[in-house]
Amino acid sequence: MSETQESLTQRVEPIHAGAHVIAARFIGDELALVLADGVVIIGSHGTRLHPHGEAGILVSAADDTMLLTGGDDGKIVYTRVDGSATILGDEKGRWIDAVAIGASGAVAWSTGKKVVARDGKGGLKEWLAPTTAQGLAFAPKGYRLAVSHYNGASLWFPNTEGKPEMREWKGSHLDVTFSPDGRFLVTSMQENTLHGWRLADGKDMRMSGYPSKTRSFAWSHDGYWLATSGADAAIIWPFKDKDGPMGKAPRECGVRHSKVSAVAFHPRALVVAIGYEDSCILLCRLTDGAELLVRPAKQEEGRVTSMGWSKAGHRMIFGTEEGAAGVLTLP
Amino acid sequence: MSEKIPVTVLTGYLGAGKTTLLNRILTEPHGKKFAVIVNEFGEIGIDNDLVVGADEEVFEMNNGCICCTVRGDLIRIIEGLMKRKGKFDAIIVETTGLADPAPVAQTFFVDEDVSARARLDAVITVVDARWLKDQLKDAPEVKNQIAFADVIVLNKIDLVSGEELADVEKSIRSINAYATIHKTTRSAVSLDAVLGKNAFDLDRILDIAPEFLEDVHVHHDDTMQSVALTLSGEIDPEKFMPWINEFTQAEGPNILRCKGILAFKDEPKRFVFQGVHMILDGDLQREWKPDEVRQSKMVFIGHHLNRAAIEKAVEACRV
Repeated sequence: MSETQESLTQRVEPIHAGAHVIAARFIGDELALVLADGVVIIGSHGTRLHPHGEAGILVSAADDTMLLTGGDDGKIVYTRVDGSATILGDEKGRWIDAVAIGASGAVAWSTGKKVVARDGKGGLKEWLAPTTAQGLAFAPKGYRLAVSHYNGASLWFPNTEGKPEMREWKGSHLDVTFSPDGRFLVTSMQENTLHGWRLADGKDMRMSGYPSKTRSFAWSHDGYWLATSGADAAIIWPFKDKDGPMGKAPRECGVRHSKVSAVAFHPRALVVAIGYEDSCILLCRLTDGAELLVRPAKQEEGRVTSMGWSKAGHRMIFGTEEGAAGVLTLP
Repeated sequence: MSEKIPVTVLTGYLGAGKTTLLNRILTEPHGKKFAVIVNEFGEIGIDNDLVVGADEEVFEMNNGCICCTVRGDLIRIIEGLMKRKGKFDAIIVETTGLADPAPVAQTFFVDEDVSARARLDAVITVVDARWLKDQLKDAPEVKNQIAFADVIVLNKIDLVSGEELADVEKSIRSINAYATIHKTTRSAVSLDAVLGKNAFDLDRILDIAPEFLEDVHVHHDDTMQSVALTLSGEIDPEKFMPWINEFTQAEGPNILRCKGILAFKDEPKRFVFQGVHMILDGDLQREWKPDEVRQSKMVFIGHHLNRAAIEKAVEACRV
C-alpha cells in the first residue's frame, strides 16, 4: 500500500479552538469542544458559548444528549445542543475536581472531599469522602457512584442510608471507570499504574509497567477491552474472561516514539483512536494491528487531550493542549 | 515546550507575617501576574485575581521510599492552572503555619507532570523575631520551616533589641547554615530578595559559606542542625558518589536539605549537588577559575545528624 492510501489526513477538517481543549465530543450528531478558557463550541457552525461566564472550565463529561461542565467558579452547568444551559450546582467558587453522568439524567460532581449526586428529578445527596475525591464514575446499572481517592475507591448508593463500601489499595487513585458489564472497577494511580477490583469478590488486579500516569481510558463497544494512555503505545487490557486481565499480557497498539495521551474506541468496531503527546493521531485495528494516520505529529500543537466518536462511528472529533482541533470523517 | 512556571513556596509559623509578605508581593508594581495557592480559603483577604484554595493533603508515594511524600492537592491544582496558560507568570504557594515544607518541595521533583511544567524557585520562610526562641522550644514545625528555607525573612525586628536580634539570628544559623537572611519590619523586603531566586537550580549554587558556623556553637540545637564541611584537596568521585547515594537513602528521613560544591579528581569543572530527603540531583557546572581554591564544601541540614560520622565518611572520599 502506498503512503497516501494509508492516510486519512485529507479527511480531517480543522477547527480553530484557540485554547486548551478539555473535551472533544459528539452530543447526538452535534460536535462539541470544551475549552479551559471557559468557551464551549457547539455544532457545525461553531457557535461559541460561555456557560461559566468569565470563569474557566476544569472538567467535563458528555453523553448522547447532554454536556456537563465544572468550572473554577464552582458551578456545574448542563449545556444542550441548542445552546441553552442550566446551572445544576454551585459550590461557591471552589474548584470542581470531577464530574460524571449516569443513566436517566443523573449527574455527580465533587470539590475537595465533598461529593454530590443529583438524580434525574433534581434530588440532591451529599457524601464526604475520606480524602479528596479525584475521580467519579456511575455504575452502568443502578444509581451507584464510584469515587476514587487516597488509599482506595468507594462505592456509594446515594439513595441508601448505608455507608459507602470502600475498596482499599494503598496509594493515590486518580480517575475511575466501571467495565460496561459492571463486573470490574479500574482506577489509574499516581504511581504510574492501574488498579482493578473484581466487584463480585473484591479480588485485586494490578496493571503496571507504565512510564507515566494513565489519564485516558476507553472501553471497546463489546466491553471486552480497556484501552489506556501513559505508554509509548496504547496499552489494551483484555476483560472478557472472568478473571479479567489477570495473568494475561495486554495488547500494544500504535507503538511510536511519543507517549499516548488520549484513547477513544470506535463505537461499533474494534478500532481504537490513539492520540499522542506530539499531537499525532492514529487509528489502530485491534484484530491485526493495522494502522491509519489521521494526523501527523506537530509538536507545537501540544498533546492530544481528548477524542470522541459520533454515535454511528462515521466521524471523530479531537482537540489538543495548544488549542488545535478537528473532525475526521471516515470514507 | 514553553518555559517552566516558577513556583515560590511561602512558609512561616502562625502570626509571623506570611500573609503580609504575600500581599506585599502581590501589590508591588511589578507587572507580573501571579496564581496564588492558599490554605484556609477566603479567611484572609488576598489581593489577587487568581486565588485557589488548597486542602494540604499529604500523600505518601507508594514507591518504596518511606519519606517520599507529596501534596496531592497541589498536583491537581497545578494541573488545572496549566490549562490556563497566559493567565499568570508565576505561582506562589502559601502553606499553613503548621505545615512541613518537604511534601510541597518534593511534589516538584516527584510528579512528572508537575515537574514538566513548573519548577520550584525557592522556599521562603517568614520568622517572628520576637517569638522565635519560644517557638523553637514548643513547635517542631518552626525548626522544619527554618531548616528548609532558601531565604529567611526575619520579621518584626522592631519588637526586639539589637542583642536579642543577634541572638535570634544565631539560633537560625545553628539550624540553617546557608539561607539568606533579610531583616524586616512588617515583612518589608524587596521583591528580588524573594522572587526569581532559582534556589533549586544547580547552576545557581554558586557558593556555600559554612565558615559562618564556626562561631555559633553557643546555640547548638539538639535535634536539628546543619553539618557543614570544607575539605581542601580533591575528592574521588568513585568513592563519593556511592557514599552520598547510600547515605541519603539510609538517612533520607532525617536529611531535610543538602547542598554541595565539590572538586573532583582530574575534573576541570565544579560538581554541584543538592537534595531534599532522599531525592538527589547533581551535575558538573562551570570550570574552576584559575584563582579559585579547589576545595569542596557541603552542608547537610537535618535531625540527629552525626557530624563525626559524616566527617569521617567524607574524609574517606578524599583522593
